Order: sequence, then structure tokens, then C-alpha cells
Amino acid sequence: MSTSFEQGINTLKEVIDAPIASYFSSCTNCGLCARACIFYTETENPKYTPIRRVEPMRRIWEQEFTLVGKAKKALGLSKEVTEQDLKDCVELAFESCTTCGRCSMVCPVGNDIIYMIRRMREGLTSAGLAPKSLQEAAVRTLEKGSVMGFPMKTLEAMVKAAEKETGIDINIDKPDVDYLLLLSSAEVMQFNEIIASLAQIFKEAGVSWTFSSIAHEAGNPGMHMGASDIEAQMINRIVQAAEELNIKNVISPECGHAYMAIRWEGPNVIGRPYPFKVYHIIEVLDQLREQGRLKTSGSELDRITFHDPCQAARRGGVNQPQRNLLNMVSSNFIEMKDSQACNWCCGGGGGMNTIEKAEPLMQKVFNRKRNQIEELDVTTVVTMCATCRNTLEEGIENNNMNVEVLGLTELVANHLLKEKK
Amino acid sequence: MNEIELLNWARGPGLAYATIIMVFGLTLRVFEILSLGRAEELAEVRGTGVSDGWKMILKRSLPEPRHWKLITASYIFHVGLLVVIFFFIPHTQLFRDVFGIFWSGWPNYVIDFFTVLSIAAMMYTLVSRFVDPTRRILSKMSDYFAWVVTFLPLVTGYMAFHRLGIDYTTMLAVHILSVELLMISLPVSKLTHAITFTMARYYTGSTNGRRGIQS
Amino acid sequence: MSDNRQQLAGELQRHGISRRTFLKFCTSMASVMALPPAAAAEMAEKLVKIKRQSVIWLSFQECTGCTESITRADKPSLESLIFDFVSLDYHHTLQAASGDAAELAREQAMHDNAGKYILVVDGSIPVKDGGIYSTIAGMTNLDMLEQVAKDAAAIVAIGSCAAFGGLPKASPNPTGAVAVSDIIHDKPIINIPGCPPIPVVMTGVLAHVLTFGIPELDDMGRPKAFYGDTIHDRCYRRPFYDRGEFAKSFDDDGARKGWCLYEIGCKGPTTHNACATIKWNNGTSFPIQSGHGCLGCSEPDFWDAGGFYKAISTGIGNPGQWATGALAAGVAAGLASAYLNKSTKSKAEKNHQEVTIEDMGGKHE
Repeated sequence: MSTSFEQGINTLKEVIDAPIASYFSSCTNCGLCARACIFYTETENPKYTPIRRVEPMRRIWEQEFTLVGKAKKALGLSKEVTEQDLKDCVELAFESCTTCGRCSMVCPVGNDIIYMIRRMREGLTSAGLAPKSLQEAAVRTLEKGSVMGFPMKTLEAMVKAAEKETGIDINIDKPDVDYLLLLSSAEVMQFNEIIASLAQIFKEAGVSWTFSSIAHEAGNPGMHMGASDIEAQMINRIVQAAEELNIKNVISPECGHAYMAIRWEGPNVIGRPYPFKVYHIIEVLDQLREQGRLKTSGSELDRITFHDPCQAARRGGVNQPQRNLLNMVSSNFIEMKDSQACNWCCGGGGGMNTIEKAEPLMQKVFNRKRNQIEELDVTTVVTMCATCRNTLEEGIENNNMNVEVLGLTELVANHLLKEKK
Repeated sequence: MNEIELLNWARGPGLAYATIIMVFGLTLRVFEILSLGRAEELAEVRGTGVSDGWKMILKRSLPEPRHWKLITASYIFHVGLLVVIFFFIPHTQLFRDVFGIFWSGWPNYVIDFFTVLSIAAMMYTLVSRFVDPTRRILSKMSDYFAWVVTFLPLVTGYMAFHRLGIDYTTMLAVHILSVELLMISLPVSKLTHAITFTMARYYTGSTNGRRGIQS
Repeated sequence: MSDNRQQLAGELQRHGISRRTFLKFCTSMASVMALPPAAAAEMAEKLVKIKRQSVIWLSFQECTGCTESITRADKPSLESLIFDFVSLDYHHTLQAASGDAAELAREQAMHDNAGKYILVVDGSIPVKDGGIYSTIAGMTNLDMLEQVAKDAAAIVAIGSCAAFGGLPKASPNPTGAVAVSDIIHDKPIINIPGCPPIPVVMTGVLAHVLTFGIPELDDMGRPKAFYGDTIHDRCYRRPFYDRGEFAKSFDDDGARKGWCLYEIGCKGPTTHNACATIKWNNGTSFPIQSGHGCLGCSEPDFWDAGGFYKAISTGIGNPGQWATGALAAGVAAGLASAYLNKSTKSKAEKNHQEVTIEDMGGKHE
């Protein structure tokens, strides 16, 4: 076993860097971050104030890396972090935070609080305190290549079904193609129509692509847990697949955290730049649209709105492509209040939807999204993240709302103009 | 020690000690932060992030309309504090003496207005720390300490200017001493944010810039 | 008693002073000291009646400016007459005697009037190296002060030197100069600071001591009647200060318009004196009126209170230089601290144990 309380503390010392030191130096405990956090706004419980979630890390920073803190510690004014402190932190860092990053948008001194929470989780995981469900997901991902444990065989069966449905050949492990497509477990399990949709879109656009049998999913519980070592192993598989197949573009699925892991954290956790580019599927579709290779017909007349997934939009920087595509297939697209960078979280991301204990809280905080959707009086909520989609569907069902949830790729596919040959 | 000796001490050795501790401490703090380093970004970036970092320093100074009720008081006192510190005519004399650069101060009635406004806004922020459950649970002794050492110069300065309370010479000495307390507190308290906020904003802004995300 | 009265009345007549003029003098004395109107008559009555008070005037480290000030007059002034009410038994500048005779006179006066004479001091007292830096007739100032003060009824410290140490005390104070009050602790001391003090302030205080005893003093031993307000409180340029209208140099438009001299170093706000009301040279003018800021000469350590032409709000000394030194030290300490931080971090990195799937209950690949 390499996880222990001591390792947890050690890891926290490792991950504290200049940005974190500047953040802790600058926080004035103004509490504004609480107002940006659904877990606070929907419960009004001050313990959910984002900056409080990293208190053990703050103390380690102060005691280890500042002269003032060292003096305070010597004088007994600042207590050392105990195992219990870390245990108490699990609830705040894992069970009531989706790492959506809305808090980082409002901090007056500019603290990126999620940057800190991501690293707080790193320490908790090293201390052996990561939630069981995420640990199990990590094991499944590394052992079976899938967050939910679907072996390649499951995907192969789905590919066959899609081929049959569309009459289009779908490649597996084909080298030298344009794109390597990765999926999310949720897509494999619940939204597998996406395979057929993409096959058709890519066929019409004249794009060559493939699945890989060694890396078919992009989901990365290692990132959720904050276990960079495990995250790197998962990333490395994708890198290996792309390198072996000599593919220059890797597509992240409609999954916010997968995009964050593969697009932004990946090269940093494996310690080298990629020899390929990474795009969110929606970015790819928008590029095809721009190049005139994606043609659609018809327009949705119903009022539809879009839910920006935090990791792809706010944290990942994909804000415009989805809007271009929505406007292409809809004449009645309505922006949600506080959209894009300041969108309110659905409440299910960051690994929260796997934690059974957090279920009641998740349901409670969905209230914010429900109000936002009801305010708009729409028939459909479109999104581009399987976790958001799941959470939205569950929330809508629990609240008996009459709203449909759709993935953006699927919506675009519904309007695909197929050239007659 | 009589009042003029107290004033001379405050203007002389007191100011020297405070300046030395402040400059020494803040320099040390900045080094402590920088020494921890920042990992190189290995992902393919959408921009260098440098200009976004600088922009963020300015941008987060703009009012955030979403939470105006919570920030207006803090906003007012920050602006008021800056105005009072940098544009009260006697203060401009001090800065000219120290830095050799001179800018015109603002009329006393303007300074007076900002002082009273800042004092009121600061009182509000204190009350809000007691009343607001989130702020109450977050607030530690260090936050109240920071409040006190920021509040004292405002009040003593106002009293000195208006010849309120004790003899002017003593009041002026007390005012200068309270500023020196503030200076000494800068590197060892929450007040460090007066310097490090630029670093925090730069780091966040530049990361965001690299990722092409709004900040 | 009656002889004395005769004598004093005669003296007054000899100087051509009518009773009416004498009363006027008393009225003005009473008024500058803010005494009630009835006090003038009382003062006149008492002054005429008093037994000539023995006064010993000791001059130590001084420039005689204070004596110049008190005796300053183009024609025999009423102020100088104050000496006619006292028996000035010893005063370097004014006495005719010299050498042993002078010292003998002092000793005689001390003996004859033990416990009753008034000691006036101008100049500071050097105490460094046994007080050798200023001696009179082979006796150090320190010894002489202690000796004469012993049987004095009260001490009047005239001028900033006697009151606060003054110029001789200015940094680096080579002679170890101190004020009278630093040495004598068991006698009432009236401080009349100023470099020099205003003549009428000196005579007024002496008149008060002779008639009504020691006047009301502030915490620094100064008569409140003259030192209760600051120059700034009573300055005719005060409205300009309040409006923020300042002369930036001695020859700019603001200076010509008579604006406040704060920015060019006026120390009026912290200087307690009566210059702005009584003025100088028989009420003709005072420094600010002539276009120059107050130097604060009647306050302790005025010589060391920063530049005369720098505002009170500036620091004394060189803050820029301190800051530069502190910056250099901060960089040095910062580098040391950075080294510590780096080693803490690299130690943590070395101690890092890879988190593996086995920690999660899985099998290693």
C-alpha cells in the first residue's frame, strides 16, 4: 500500500505551487465564492463555502512554506493537520463539490479555487481517502478500459449494430486515419445511438476515423480522484493508441471531464506534449460546419436551450462551437441565464454522480437548474456532456418536468442532410 | 515622552522601522510564493496567456454586477481608501518626499467625503461579518485584525484633520503610528493580499488565457 | 513696605510713567494672558505693593537671543520695566559686576532670599563628560543649576534651550545638552519656549508669577494662556488650508495670493505658541504673515523634526534609503526562504510513492 496519512500530507506539500501560494496569500475570507456555488446557494449551509474546502491545504502551505506560518506553528498558534482533518475534508472536497469552477469566476482577488480543490483531492487520495466509488471506477477503467466496466467486446457489438443500421463500415484500429474517436461510458451504456449518428456525419463530411481497441473510452476517474499517477496511466493508453495508429487528431466525447483530462491535464500528468491534437467532438463538428462539410436541413421550431458543461465550456474553453451548431439546426435557440463561463452546474459532475451518499444533496441542488429551465419555458435542453445529460434527465424526471434532454451531436445528426448517391 | 517627541518618533524611527519591516516582509512573501514554481504548460495552448494574465489583474477590479449587494461596501472602502491614501494633499507630500514624484492632491472636501464613505462602508463590512452566516463562519481573528488595522488610520486621520478628540499633535502622531501598524501588518496578515492579489489574478488569468477561456 | 512702594512709585515717575500708563500696561498684560478684566487692577495694585522680588538669571548654553528678545526695544518700553519690579541680582549680560564680585552677588542673593528667589534660566545644560562643556567661574552649568535651584521658590526656563534642550540638543547633541526639567524635579518649573520667546510672553509670565503666582500650565510646563493654541489654530491663512489651497513654492501664484504654506514646510499645525495672535515687533507681523512657514521653534527638538521646507506629513530622515536597504535584505532573506521551500518541495517529491491501482483494490496491470 502506498497510500497513508503521511503520504497524503506529503502529496499536499508536492502539489502546492506558486499559484496556490498566491491564492492563499490573497484570500480575505470575503465569502463571495459561496454565492457562486450551487451547494451553498441551494442549501445556504456555510460549510459549503468553496474556499473552506481546502483548509487543510492552507494550513500546510502556511506552516511549510511561509516564515509567518513557521513562527505561528512554533508558537503553537497554528495546529498541524491531523488525519481527522483530512477525513473531514472528504465530504467537502468530494461529496459536495462537482469542481464546476463557478467559484473561480467570482473571486475578487482572482483565486482559482478549483485549481486548489483538484490538488486537495490529490492529497486526500494519497491518504487513501478517495471515495470508494471512484476507486472502483478507476480499477474498472484500468482493468477493462471502461469507467463502467464495458469491455471492448460490448463496443464491438454496438459498432456492428450501428454498421447494420447505417450501412456504413466503422473502423476499429485502422491506422493513418484523420481521427481517433473516444467515447464515454455513458454513451456506450445509454446514448449509443451516437455511434450511428457520428458514422453518418463523418461519412457525409468525408472524414476518416477509427476506434481503438486499447483505448476506446476517454473517461478518467483518475482525474476526478485527483490521482495524477492513475490519470497518467489512463492518458498514456490513449497516447499509445494514437501513436501506434499514427493518428494526428483525437476526439474527446461529449463528456466534460474527459475533455478536461485528455485535452488539458493529460500532457501535464504524463510529462510530455502530445504528438497529436485533441478536440471536443463539438469542436470537430463546428470545424466541419465551417468548412462546409457538415450540411443540415430543417430547423427546430421549438424553444430549445443549451446547458454548458462546466469542464468543456467554463474550464475547457469550448463556448462558441456549440452555439454555431445550435443556430444551424434551430431557429428558436434561447440562451440560459448566466450561460457559458458562468453557467450554473447541473450538480452531477466531478465524480459526484457516482457517490451514493451525495445523492440527496445532488437532488437538492438540482433546484437551481430546474428553476433556470422552467424560467425559459423550453421543450428541450441540449448539452454536450454525458454526465450533465444524465443528471438533467434524472432531475427532470424527479421533478416531473415536461422537458426533453438531447446531446448536441444527436441533435445535429437528426438534421443531417444526406446526399443522395 | 511628550506629544511632539511622539510625533517626531512616529515620523522618524517609527516610520523607518515600519518601512523596513513592510518592504522586507513583502519582498520575502513574494519570494516565498515565487519559489514554489509553476509547472510548465505542456498541453497545446490556445494563446500564451500573458496578456490575459495582465487583463485579469484589471478585469477583476471591475464591479461584478451579479453580487453587487455583497461587494458594494467592500468596493467603496477599497476605492475610498485608495483615494484617501493617494490624493489627500499632505499624503502627496509624503510620496513626493519618498519617491520623488508628485501628483496633485484633491480638495479636502472630496477627501472628507471619501473618508466618511469608507468609514461607513468598513463598518458595514464588519457588521456583515457578524450577521452573515457565511462570513461569520469564515471569519477568523486574522480577518478582524486586518479590519482593525485598516480602520484605525481612517478614523485617526479623520479625527486629526478635524481636530477632534485629543490635541492635534498627539492625534497626528497616533494617526501616523496607526499607519505604521498597518504597514507592519501588511506582510504578516491577511493584508498581504494588497500585493499578492496581482499574482493570484495573473496566474489565474494566464491559465485561463492559455485555455482560451473567459475569466 | 512703604519704602518699597515709595521707591517703586518713584521709579515709575522717574521714567515718566503715569499711573494711567501703568494701569494700561497691567491691562494689556492681563489681556494677553486671558485673565478676567478685574485682574488688571489687581495686578497693578499687587505690582506696586510687592517687595522687590529677588531674581537670579543663569545663562548656560545659549546665544543671548532670549535676553535680546526681552530687552528688545527702540525706546524704553514698558516691557523692560518688568526689571524694575524685580531685583535682578545676577545676569551675565545685564549686570555691571564681573568676576568674583558677580559670583559673590549671586551667593549673597541666594543666602538672603533662600527659598524665596526666582531662578530664571536660559540655555541648555550640557551633562556629558561631567558637564565640562560649559562652565562659569570654574563651575559647570550643571553644578551651578543644582546649587541655585536648591533654594529657589520657582524656576522659569526661558527659551527652547532651557525648556527643551533646544539647538544644543540637536542631533548628534555633542555636549549631552538637556533641559532644566531633565535635571530639576523638585521645584515648580515654568517653560517659556521659543527661539526666542515673544517678549510680552516672557514679561507677562513674570508679571503673573509676581502677582498671582504660577500661571496655569500644560503638560509640558508651558503657560496655557500663551501656548494653549497652535499657530495653525489662530493663523489667518487657515481658511486656505481648509480649502486645500497651498503655495507650492515661495514665488508662485499661491504664495503671492497668500495661500497656506503647509506644503513648503510650515509647522504651524503642531506648534504651540502665540505668534499668530500677539505677533512680533510690537504686533507688527509674524513669520507666516511675511510669507515664510513656521519653523516650530517653540516645540521640543524642532531642529531634528525634518526639513524646514518639507511638510509635516513627510518622514524625518530618508525613507527611500531605508526601503532600498530593506529590499536588499528582503531579497537575501527571500532567497534563503526560497531555498528552504524548494528543498521542502523536492523532499516531498522524493518521498512520493506512486498511487497505484492496488491502492484501489485492483490488480496491477
